[in-house]
Amino acid sequence: MTIALPAETAVAGRFGPYGGRYVPETLVAALDDLASLYDSVRNDASFWGEYECLLRDVVGRPSRLTEAPRFSELAGVRVLLKREDLNHTGAHKINNTIGQALLARRMGKRRIIAETGAGQHGVATATICARFGLECVVYMGAEDVERQALNVYRMKLLGATVIPVTSGTRTLKDATNEALRDWVTNVPTTHYIIGSVVGPDPFPRMVRDFQSVIGRESREQVLERLGHLPTAVVACVGGGSNAMGMFAGFLEDADVALVGVEAAGEGVTTGHHSATLTAGRPGVLHGAMSYLLQDADGQVAPAHSVSAGLDYPGVGPEHSWLRDTGRVRYEAVDDKAALAAFQTFTRLEGIIPALETAHAIAWLAASSGQWQATDAVLLCLSGRGDKDVAHVASILGADA
Amino acid sequence: MTSLSDSRLTHTWADLRRAGRAGLVPYLTAGFPTIADSRDALRVAASHADVLEVGVPFSDPLADGPTIQASTFKALENGMTLPGTLELIADAAVDTPVVLFSYLNPVMQYGVERLMRDAAELGIAGILLTDLPAGADQTIEEPIQSSSLDLIRLLAPTSDSERIARTVAGAQGFLYLVARLGVTGASAELATGLADQIASVRAATELPLAVGFGISTPEQVRAVAALADGVVVGSALVDVLGRDGVAAADAFLRGLRDALEPVA
Repeated sequence: MTIALPAETAVAGRFGPYGGRYVPETLVAALDDLASLYDSVRNDASFWGEYECLLRDVVGRPSRLTEAPRFSELAGVRVLLKREDLNHTGAHKINNTIGQALLARRMGKRRIIAETGAGQHGVATATICARFGLECVVYMGAEDVERQALNVYRMKLLGATVIPVTSGTRTLKDATNEALRDWVTNVPTTHYIIGSVVGPDPFPRMVRDFQSVIGRESREQVLERLGHLPTAVVACVGGGSNAMGMFAGFLEDADVALVGVEAAGEGVTTGHHSATLTAGRPGVLHGAMSYLLQDADGQVAPAHSVSAGLDYPGVGPEHSWLRDTGRVRYEAVDDKAALAAFQTFTRLEGIIPALETAHAIAWLAASSGQWQATDAVLLCLSGRGDKDVAHVASILGADA
Repeated sequence: MTSLSDSRLTHTWADLRRAGRAGLVPYLTAGFPTIADSRDALRVAASHADVLEVGVPFSDPLADGPTIQASTFKALENGMTLPGTLELIADAAVDTPVVLFSYLNPVMQYGVERLMRDAAELGIAGILLTDLPAGADQTIEEPIQSSSLDLIRLLAPTSDSERIARTVAGAQGFLYLVARLGVTGASAELATGLADQIASVRAATELPLAVGFGISTPEQVRAVAALADGVVVGSALVDVLGRDGVAAADAFLRGLRDALEPVA
């Protein structure tokens, strides 16, 4: 193998009690096939060789590690940025879509479906489908289609069919339901590229492995820059793929604090938020057992966040396990703080972060006082914020 | 585990076999179109049904097509819940064996063992969980299998011989055969390959087979009845009930039931 994947933490498709495969019988055979293919591919140097080559030539990896001097002053700690925003298509999502498209090709499946919230995963999927000449259908909540018009147009330009989903809450959760319905119907010809570390096994561990390049590169870059590991690593968590990919590089470094930042929306006590690990309890949605926002009857509660990419009532099962074991600390930041951080960070560093990332930035901005002079924090800058500019302007007014 | 001979559903299928006809298995969403009409619809359906499937509404019905999704969302708006479904079944007080049809999460939150106790008290005959395929979670499957309710299993066109063997091993009452790829919903034509699918399941088990997904007309009911032990009709019935009301659902089911009479 050319690259060192993270040690497998799942046992029989589960992270502690979380994960598993809670799906209609129709999908079981496809998941069995996918899992056995992936298990063989995990040790196949030629697969990872091709994957790395595409990451280098198509994505532009390794992504840079950037000092953030002015923001560091505000945060009261030296902050290093892992620049996933500089990837082709503008976010970490493409690390995963390339890996899964390679798997689809090995399975001989020429039709790809995907769900998308903010549109970044949809764009990353459409991009690799264009490159590989695969048919691409993206399901997107009707509300998100409105919030993220730019990404919808990008997907169409790339040749994808974008299907607005009008059922339920018209956001990412419902787009995922609709993608699963498509998959149940077309499973012999179709691969479903799930965009986060969610869904039935083997998706959570597969997507983590494809995103683990973030943590692997970061660890090396930080060691080279500082001569030691960071004090803490911070990333935003919706489904949790950028965080999982980043954390995977540091899980075994017990001295490195890991912080996942969820979206508190209008506040975790208001019922309008997406802080699954902070305020949810275990349940089953989209094929996996994990923390879930739900009512007493087990109906999934509508999530809310100003950021479409975090607007999801579930979370990856490995995060649920890392929460329970205490290895990762999960915090929540509300819409208002995320919007303020979006503006402040842009002015201080000349980088427009994705609204998703702005949640992690906001937590860090409010963390001054808990650091020592020699500390350094690694922040996963998971995506760029161009897609959010119109949405933010509509909330804050065009005068910024 | 319930033995083949003592469950309520087993007696139903044995009676049907003696009568020389296939069973009619209607599906209704609890709480749709209104709570009162839903209770009346359950009674009407029971008068034609050999087994009655009662759907517990869930916010994310990912195995269902547009008709049952819409009925589910309406039922949730009407305040229907899993405890509400149990009350509704108690209120309808039908003699026909009832099978609860649910996604896993409401059942998990209610508590599996608690549900088995409460459902048994109401005389509910079985439970089918859409998103709990065989082997997915022993901590949930085992308490159901050892309860007085039958654990009804689904088999799909994609279930290979290994999956069929694994599924029938812990299945009780009857098997629900999904006739085609996809979600629930009426379709103009029956799936090709159904006879082969049925033959491969029959080779693996003695359990009765009910076939569902896409069956909506008396002709389709008759065609499936020639191959299977039971015929499930869901979306088409929910559609008639939602559009034209309880009396229309009654007439619709009578037509389907007539199609199952043995030819004299």
